[in-house]
Amino acid sequence: MSTPAFETALRLGDDALILGQRLGEWCGHAPTLEIDLALANLGLDLIGQAQHFLGYAGELEGAGRDADRLAFHRDVLDFRNCLLVEQPNGDFAQTIARQFLFSTWQELLFGELAGSRDESIAGVAKKAVKEVAYHASFASDWVVRLGDGTEESRSRMVDGLGWMWRFTGELFGEDRKAGDRGFGIDLAALRPAWDARIDSVLAEAGLDRPAPHRPTGGGRDGHHSEHLGHLLAQMQFLQRTYPDAVW
Amino acid sequence: MERREFPLWEVFVRARNGLNHKHVGSVHAADDRMAIEAARDTYTRRMEGVSLWVVPSASIVASDPGQAEVLFAPAEDKVYRHPTFYVVPDNVKHL
Repeated sequence: MSTPAFETALRLGDDALILGQRLGEWCGHAPTLEIDLALANLGLDLIGQAQHFLGYAGELEGAGRDADRLAFHRDVLDFRNCLLVEQPNGDFAQTIARQFLFSTWQELLFGELAGSRDESIAGVAKKAVKEVAYHASFASDWVVRLGDGTEESRSRMVDGLGWMWRFTGELFGEDRKAGDRGFGIDLAALRPAWDARIDSVLAEAGLDRPAPHRPTGGGRDGHHSEHLGHLLAQMQFLQRTYPDAVW
Repeated sequence: MERREFPLWEVFVRARNGLNHKHVGSVHAADDRMAIEAARDTYTRRMEGVSLWVVPSASIVASDPGQAEVLFAPAEDKVYRHPTFYVVPDNVKHL
């Protein structure tokens, strides 16, 4: 049975889980040791959020599924994350572009959800907003550093933002005719604050805002890009092959 | 392509308010903000501190190891520089 509260918890959990997994892919591959650690830290923060939100989703559902069950034993059509978080890492600039756009939104979202009437959601949002604020500031600093860096770093940053930009409309429900109130809030209302923050960082980086793009969406309804299936195959194979295996 | 490393920064962490910042190690970073972030992510992920300093390693002036004898050996036999060397008379109060 699917209730609005369950859907909200699932969306929040899946956004965090999928982006956490993506960041984990950098482990051992980042440009420097320090950045390797930084990306892994971000990823682990997100996995922590996912545990809370998916655990809560499992409670709401009342069908005996816990966070692990939801993370490792659902098929791609049952995932409710936005398309932005499942996009491939690409190069470091593309990863930073995704983090910058997402974390800035997530910080605003958690700011709103901290006042939610749902105490479980509010509790996690209130705690997580601090770590997300760091994610947003870390990514923003890198947008400026790369955008205002060398010719090559700038062109990679432009490409990264160009790739990710089309998936930002979904964050505000702009891919749906009737908008999106799926978190129990009016997502469109987050847009002005997000625009202002994005524009101010881009201005500091000396970058232009990418051209408007017809928003690509569907992730919230389980219609994902081809990338998510590959990610899940890697993330879930162990639990699928050896169900309930433990350390 | 030429590969250049980011400059090195020394990291100091204050474990608790009231304690001194203590040297804990170093990070590579392109600028001061990146150095603080790298230091935060590398050295304070297990609640090791409440404040960070980063200093470009190049700014640190070190004593010459070859001069160690000249600089430090003479202190070896100067026990009178320790307060415990002096006997405090019994009738001196408030010391």
